[in-house]
Amino acid sequence: MSAAWPWLVLVLLGAYHGLNPAMGWLFAVSLGLQEGRREAVLKAFWPIALGHAAAVTLVVAAVLVAQVVIPLDTLGYIGAVTLIFFGLYKLIRRKHPRWVGMRVGFRDLTLWSFIMATAHGAGFMLVPVLLRFSGTVRGMGHPAHEHPGHGVHLFLTNPAALADIAAVAVHTLAMFAVMAAVALVVYEKLGLMILKRTWFNADLAWAGALIVAGVLTMTIRTTA
Amino acid sequence: MTILRPDPTYYPSPRMAMQAPKEKLAYVAVLNPNGRPDALAVMDVDPDSSTYTEVVGRVEMPVMGDELHHFGWNACSASLCPYAPHPHLERRYLIVPGLRSSRIHVIDTKPDPAKPHIVKVIEPEELHERTGYSRPHTTHCGPDGIYMNALGTPDGNGPGGVFVMDHDTFEPLGRWEVDRGPQQFSYDFWWHLGHDTMITSEWGTPNMVEAGLDPEVLLSNGYGHRIHVWDLRRRKHLQALDLGEEHQMVLELRPAHDPTKAYGFVGVVVSTKDLSASIWLWHRENDKWDITKVIDIPAEPAEPDLLPPLLKGFGAVPPLVSDINLSLDDRFLYISCWGTGEMRQYDVSDPFDPRHTGSLHLGGIARRTEHPKTGRPLNGAPQMVEVSRDGRRVYFSNSLYSSWDEQFYPDGIRGWVARADVDADNGGGFTLDADFFTDFGDERPHQIRLQGGDSSSDSFCYPS
Repeated sequence: MSAAWPWLVLVLLGAYHGLNPAMGWLFAVSLGLQEGRREAVLKAFWPIALGHAAAVTLVVAAVLVAQVVIPLDTLGYIGAVTLIFFGLYKLIRRKHPRWVGMRVGFRDLTLWSFIMATAHGAGFMLVPVLLRFSGTVRGMGHPAHEHPGHGVHLFLTNPAALADIAAVAVHTLAMFAVMAAVALVVYEKLGLMILKRTWFNADLAWAGALIVAGVLTMTIRTTA
Repeated sequence: MTILRPDPTYYPSPRMAMQAPKEKLAYVAVLNPNGRPDALAVMDVDPDSSTYTEVVGRVEMPVMGDELHHFGWNACSASLCPYAPHPHLERRYLIVPGLRSSRIHVIDTKPDPAKPHIVKVIEPEELHERTGYSRPHTTHCGPDGIYMNALGTPDGNGPGGVFVMDHDTFEPLGRWEVDRGPQQFSYDFWWHLGHDTMITSEWGTPNMVEAGLDPEVLLSNGYGHRIHVWDLRRRKHLQALDLGEEHQMVLELRPAHDPTKAYGFVGVVVSTKDLSASIWLWHRENDKWDITKVIDIPAEPAEPDLLPPLLKGFGAVPPLVSDINLSLDDRFLYISCWGTGEMRQYDVSDPFDPRHTGSLHLGGIARRTEHPKTGRPLNGAPQMVEVSRDGRRVYFSNSLYSSWDEQFYPDGIRGWVARADVDADNGGGFTLDADFFTDFGDERPHQIRLQGGDSSSDSFCYPS
């Protein structure tokens, strides 16, 4: 497999999250419409991206920390099973977060985006890629879990950690770009009638993506 | 259950909803005072159908004496709101509460919308236990659940208030208010989603209304005369707006549909000073809410012989404004005068300065105006009013509330539903549709909901 594919997957997942109306672009458009100015749309992008990045970072950090105590192979299976179950759960029980309202500031919007991304398992979807990074590192002879106790120093020099930080950045950038593009095109040109035609049941696709990510994780573990 | 595109009846903005196709069916809550259970009737309102204006379907409630009153959809255009989107939940179930019994019926309108059926009943005990409330009244589909309110507590006293139901399971989740401030009376509620604000109005506790209008309470200005402004997000009381104690019974709330606007209209049934009715405009100025009277409807003098005992001494018929409705473009306000037998239309493009653009008469305590289709005197009068999404058809029924019906129309109400057609293109005006009159016999129609939505079913998060 080429070294570029994990990055491509991160970009594609970012684009996919950016495209989902429930992840933020629709909120940005509605704030612009409510205030009647484009600046309100632009202003909303930052907290939405920040909240999304925070949710993803949380999963990344959890995976990194877990590697310290759990062997990578085991972690891979745990990740795969978690993803598949989370996907199935989302298929069966389709609840949506219920929080805030239309009058939101920077803090509200950041927290909202964090909750939406977390509840939808946006970060979870990245797990196969993250484990792939760790697997590559192990292949280089530097498995993270062989150096417990070196704290921050280890974390910053750990190639897997650095790759993970880059992963969050790449993913968020792609999410941001697509969210911004969609929001501006809808706000300026298309109008919201587009929702009626194009808002596919993202919940189903999303649950499907989680299950696929789980299966991928499993496959990567068995082929790595 | 699962749909892949948003429910086709959802529209992002009220103006977009005006482009919706014409309704073909209407659902009508029917009160039955004659030893049968109440029912939900289905009316054919499609002019191209062979059963046009007829009742084509009917669901009887399982127990007698519910006093069906208002009802609403499980989901609506508020499902598109950006902060809690769930556009693939269908508008499908009607939530039909019994105002007297406190029993809530969930009625499925699929697969055949003309043959709805009951799928769940929430018993009064469960409602009491979970929410502390009793006598459920208004239903609105919100962005995050089904909101309902209730007139009081199980013992028939106050406070009345709001509760929320899960829109997937229809379980009552509990009392909504975190801090109710001075609010005790309840009647209607609605909101300004764009401003995270809820408005509630005041009638009286169950004990003050169930046996009929209490003249002693009325003459001592004991019924509600305020509306309340709430923080919808934090569920806290913000402000009480007092209309003055002579303005008795502040009922139907019609906030502007456009979520950027922060104003709305509310009707007052009767003034104890001169029996007039009035329409008030609440509005926000610099973060403070205020309320001001914008329409006055005077009482009409009448021969005492024509009046029920309650009114004989006054020699006049009060308009008794019992319901109002606002078209989706926030342009026309319709006002039911259930006493005088009149439906009024106002152009409220400038909400502070409404222009009276039309009137029609039907029934009425003294007038008894006939409908062109039947040509016999009618009792009851325009009461619950509903406006089609395109703003061109206005449906109304003639029954108010069983014990009050007897006081104002002692000869008994013969139920009917009629329709008016709006001349929306030429500055307003409306006329009675000469072909549209449905006689319900001794059953009494109350609220009307139109298939796919109407002008008081949906709330919107995006401006027009």
